[in-house]
Amino acid sequence: MDARLEDPIAAQLAAQPGEAARSRHQILWWRLASIALFCGAWEVAGRVPINLAFPTFSSTIMAFGEMVADGTMLKAYGLTLQPLVIGLIVSAVLGISTGVAMGLRKSVEWMAAPIFIVLQAAPVAAVIPMVTFVYGIGLTAKVISVCLLALPVIVLNSYKAVANVNPSLITMCSSFLGSRWQQIIKIILPDASPVIFAGLRLGIGAGFVGIILAELLITPTGIGDLITYHRAVANYGHMYAATASIIVFSAFTLSALQWVEESWIRPEKKRS
Amino acid sequence: MTLFGYRVPMMSSLILWCLIWEIVGRLELVLLFPPFSGVLAALVELVQSPKFLAATWTTLTTFCIGMALAIVCGIALGVLMGRVKAAENLLGMWVNVFASAPLSALVPVLMILFGMGAKTIVVSVFLFAIWIIALDTQAGVKHITPSLIDMARSFGAGRRDVYAKIILWAALPEILAGIRLGFIRGVKGVVIGQLLVSIIGYGELFELYSRSFLMEEFWALTIVLFAFALLVAELVGMLEKRIEYYAGVRQ
Amino acid sequence: MVAVTRKVPRAADPHGENMASLESIISVRGINKIYPGQVHALKDVDLDFSAGALTSLLGPSGCGKTTLLKIIAGLLEPSTGDVLVKGRKVTGPGPERAFVFQDFALMPWATVLRNVGFGLELRGVAEAKRHETARRYIEQVGLAGFEDKYPHELSGGMRQRVGLARALAVDADVLLLDEPFSAVDEQTRRKFQEDLLRLREVERKTFIFVTHSIEEAVYLSDRIVLLSRRPGRVSQVITPQIDRSGSPDEIRRDRAYLDTVEEIWQGLRHFVD
Repeated sequence: MDARLEDPIAAQLAAQPGEAARSRHQILWWRLASIALFCGAWEVAGRVPINLAFPTFSSTIMAFGEMVADGTMLKAYGLTLQPLVIGLIVSAVLGISTGVAMGLRKSVEWMAAPIFIVLQAAPVAAVIPMVTFVYGIGLTAKVISVCLLALPVIVLNSYKAVANVNPSLITMCSSFLGSRWQQIIKIILPDASPVIFAGLRLGIGAGFVGIILAELLITPTGIGDLITYHRAVANYGHMYAATASIIVFSAFTLSALQWVEESWIRPEKKRS
Repeated sequence: MTLFGYRVPMMSSLILWCLIWEIVGRLELVLLFPPFSGVLAALVELVQSPKFLAATWTTLTTFCIGMALAIVCGIALGVLMGRVKAAENLLGMWVNVFASAPLSALVPVLMILFGMGAKTIVVSVFLFAIWIIALDTQAGVKHITPSLIDMARSFGAGRRDVYAKIILWAALPEILAGIRLGFIRGVKGVVIGQLLVSIIGYGELFELYSRSFLMEEFWALTIVLFAFALLVAELVGMLEKRIEYYAGVRQ
Repeated sequence: MVAVTRKVPRAADPHGENMASLESIISVRGINKIYPGQVHALKDVDLDFSAGALTSLLGPSGCGKTTLLKIIAGLLEPSTGDVLVKGRKVTGPGPERAFVFQDFALMPWATVLRNVGFGLELRGVAEAKRHETARRYIEQVGLAGFEDKYPHELSGGMRQRVGLARALAVDADVLLLDEPFSAVDEQTRRKFQEDLLRLREVERKTFIFVTHSIEEAVYLSDRIVLLSRRPGRVSQVITPQIDRSGSPDEIRRDRAYLDTVEEIWQGLRHFVD
């Protein structure tokens, strides 16, 4: 139950067994209603206003449009995404291979598992300011911040996935004379892939946290800089637009990853 | 794992890692790591300092208030989404987005809305923890066997009884799992909030240590935080285990 | 109780080819299996399995029948004793034996076609060739048209047909079936048993079949090995003399069939509290 519920998307899917059965049409309408409700509530709250530093939804959208038009948004995303993507690729490659190795070999498990268990439960964010002191303000520090947050969850999910592979399939593979290598490639990795992917999703979510913290705490560049700068000059519409855009962006990235997983890696899941 | 025929407990490798840390520190290989023994010495000193005690008090109170709010609201939201189809359709997407969103980006917004003080930290803890509690509660509520509710109705239970005596209890294993994950996220919320606000609680200390490059104190404080996070997770985990026997019956 | 292996040729054998050869293809010699924690699962088991026959291992649950089957398959190692297949000692799984699993053990991410061809895939058979073979056996177990379905789209009975086709596709001499019908509902189970009888005539393989159902064992088997409670030993070997030329319903009403079921039940009765 644990690994599944730790993943918000999986928990959500578990909560909606009938989701797939409902027509796509209906889902779309509910989605739109849901978005309208959220934006409407925001607009009303901004107009009241509940707080002087709370802009309306419409002014936030206008600020967003302005920043897209003058190119600052694009430039900020360029600066934010570069270290994020590098950090996530490093974390994915390193994390999955470490996790799989931990699941396959007891000695690696003994050596590495406790470190990552501690790192995952602990607020690693506290270490991020320190990273600057060693690597300075720049790309390296940002990449390391992303890895610090993304790596543990990717490692632990891959490890759990491999350790919990259906033993009956492994017996089946050896009864049909599969070698250890075939067993890993044809049984263990495919069977573990859904949980590994859940780990990747969580890792990407954590990577976003890492990059934003790095930009807010150590290197004022990219989206973090937009947020800090517009806050400093009390330009709240712009500040909210930057904040909301990164949250929406991360949500889209995560859904895209899920779509990729369902379409290519485990096609049978889409048919149920 | 077994070594020379003896079973070596899993967590024992942490001792080895501390040893490696000590050696790395002694050799002055990485600026970031002073010898582990120095960190331990700093730790002993740190926990006695009045500054640390004051910071711990602020941290604990803000954390507890934020978590209490998150648990109450999270369960209520989860039950609502689990029982009412329209609520699920309207709110589900947003709860989902916020559960996986980089909420640290919201902390600067909270800072201008709630000021540079304890209120912001409480709200950060609340926002970090509530969504996963709501999602797990919803999953638990939706997995209740309908016959259980029918049973209660057939014995004359009213609406309130059904919620208070059946639904909350039947969904308890999932709710507790959600609360445990919520606690872990809440700890992250309190730390990230304090780091960004940086003038109260541990955030102030962190700011002080990293500005004046007091590595040993910095790591000592980090270890305290890590230990606190693990302790919280363990405690809720233990509570969860006590409920497990009856959660298993449902399968 | 000493294990006695009666090699009685069947008097009323309508299809002589089933018993074409009485030579023993698998010999089990002095098998003991002790699990960690001193659980004595099997004790001094000696058995011979003749080529082309269907032998059932029958006994109360926990008597070690599945353990014995897995030892024959080479998936478990015996504590003492040997298994010989065509005179050669078993050290692990081999190409002359194929296993059908109680829980089907199908790969959920693979289509029926790939699942059935999986044994061949592991042997490095080219794709076109293994698809051809797989399609043939899919048809033979009655699943033609389901090649591109995924296991979760099939019923329990159909899933086990996939497991059976996979075992047939590698063209092993011996099929080892571990309670193949236990996870399947009763109607499907009967249909499956009839199909298995039909398949035997076509395939001419040696079957070793683990079951806890007396009726199933008697209905299908040339020979039934009764195992006692833990530690499991061979308590009795029965050779049902049943005329299988009639329809399934006639067989199930056959005097010899009913008598054998009753005889086994009397033999097993004292194992059941």
